[in-house]
Amino acid sequence: MLDDFLVRAALAGVGLALATGPLGSFVVWRRMAYFGDATSHAAILGVALALALHLPIGVGTLLVALAMATLVSTLAARGWAMDTTLGVLAHSALAFGLVAISYVPGVRADLSTYLFGDILAVSKADLGFIWAGALLVVALLGWRWQALLTATLNEDLAHASGLNPDRERLVLTLALALVVAVALKIVGALLIAAMLIIPAAAARGLARTPESMAAYAAGFGVLSCLVGLRWSLWQDTPAGPSIVSAAAVIFALAAVFGRMRRG
Amino acid sequence: MSLLSAQGVTVQFGGEPVLSDVSLAIEPGEIVTILGPNGSGKSTLLRALLGILPLSAGRVTRAPGLRLGYVPQKLSIDRSMPMTVRRFLSLPVRVGDADASAALARVGLPGVEARQMVGLSGGQFQRVLLARALLARPQLLILDEPTQGLDQPGEAGFYRLIDEVRRETGAAVLMVSHDLHVVMAASDRVICLNGHICCQGSPVVVSNAPEYRALFGLGSQGALALYQHSHDHSHEPDLVDAFGRAPSDPHHGHNHA
Repeated sequence: MLDDFLVRAALAGVGLALATGPLGSFVVWRRMAYFGDATSHAAILGVALALALHLPIGVGTLLVALAMATLVSTLAARGWAMDTTLGVLAHSALAFGLVAISYVPGVRADLSTYLFGDILAVSKADLGFIWAGALLVVALLGWRWQALLTATLNEDLAHASGLNPDRERLVLTLALALVVAVALKIVGALLIAAMLIIPAAAARGLARTPESMAAYAAGFGVLSCLVGLRWSLWQDTPAGPSIVSAAAVIFALAAVFGRMRRG
Repeated sequence: MSLLSAQGVTVQFGGEPVLSDVSLAIEPGEIVTILGPNGSGKSTLLRALLGILPLSAGRVTRAPGLRLGYVPQKLSIDRSMPMTVRRFLSLPVRVGDADASAALARVGLPGVEARQMVGLSGGQFQRVLLARALLARPQLLILDEPTQGLDQPGEAGFYRLIDEVRRETGAAVLMVSHDLHVVMAASDRVICLNGHICCQGSPVVVSNAPEYRALFGLGSQGALALYQHSHDHSHEPDLVDAFGRAPSDPHHGHNHA
């Protein structure tokens, strides 16, 4: 079954969506959209690093994404103006990554693979990496769920309950770096943040609790992947952007449906 | 022993002392209010006592195994986060349905479990925060300006609720406030703060202290005189309706000195 490239592609998309559903919900609740952008754009720098040092791509992106996520969250904790700081970091990371990758011989042709993903070329090894990463993210979030929610609501409240908000922020930082490394092959560096934000935003209007929002977001993510994949095959469009387009259409439908239901 | 005590607590922000050499102790069952003008370090003191802020000097001691309930000054739930009242009560410790509905009934909001937190009025929101704090069965309740944004009847109703809770559960209460008259009516002890402790004692003693008068001026004396009353009276339970509205005459049932 795994010999069929379509099955592998679909499974890759499902694996990613299981992780981006709950993590994306936190990104939305904590208003970390730009944070996701900065971290995922840094992945291109990670690709350049991996190619130059002959490391696996996944390792390179994971390391650089982790470094970027840690940098951003340290600056946030020190009270930097996040809007500007993240804007600077997100775009410089992307620019430096693109410049760095041009020094690596023979990659120019593949560049769009890293920018927009290449879900139809997911190998069995890729699939293993994607699912291991996704399950790790789900396990991490599940383990810290109550504490993460409390710290997201109010840091003082978390402190007074004996929790450490800084540690919970670190959990999210780690999870984000993992998701970036996992998602690079599927939607590409430019659109990873879209997979975090759009399904979660679509889920908001339908959910009454944080848990149901995370579940809806995961479901919408899975649906986006399958629809986008189908579309990409049928119309020969790039897979990553097709998946994100599908997510955007689902968002629009959910918004209309939510409005109708509220009357 | 004291539930919570501070010895020589000093807190600095960027080298500037915000609190210097603050010592205090909270005994079981008493209501203590920290009073001070804006920027006097009231919230800083509470956060230092809770262990949120690092101390530059001094120390805070808790009774072993102390159960704390905390109501923060301002909790704004982002509209992007769906959160029912019921779910909120289970953060961070999950509680049973029976306990949750009992806590809501206690604060005068029975049956609101399914409502969204962002859909509550200011007064209802504060009551839900209080219900959540009560679920920890606290020996000490800490409230940071719990009535900010409430109108006066709502404020009076909330303080009355605190007083009832204290009577029922025996929990000590430590709160921060800036509104003089309600505080004077609701506290056993007042600590007057302005970077350091200016004076402390019973409301009557503090309101006559020269340090207090220097801090708040004499203009408030009229209002204070009106609100001073003895504490050994009983509140009629029907004084507050389900939405925290007090009757038109807030003095009904009080014996004024």
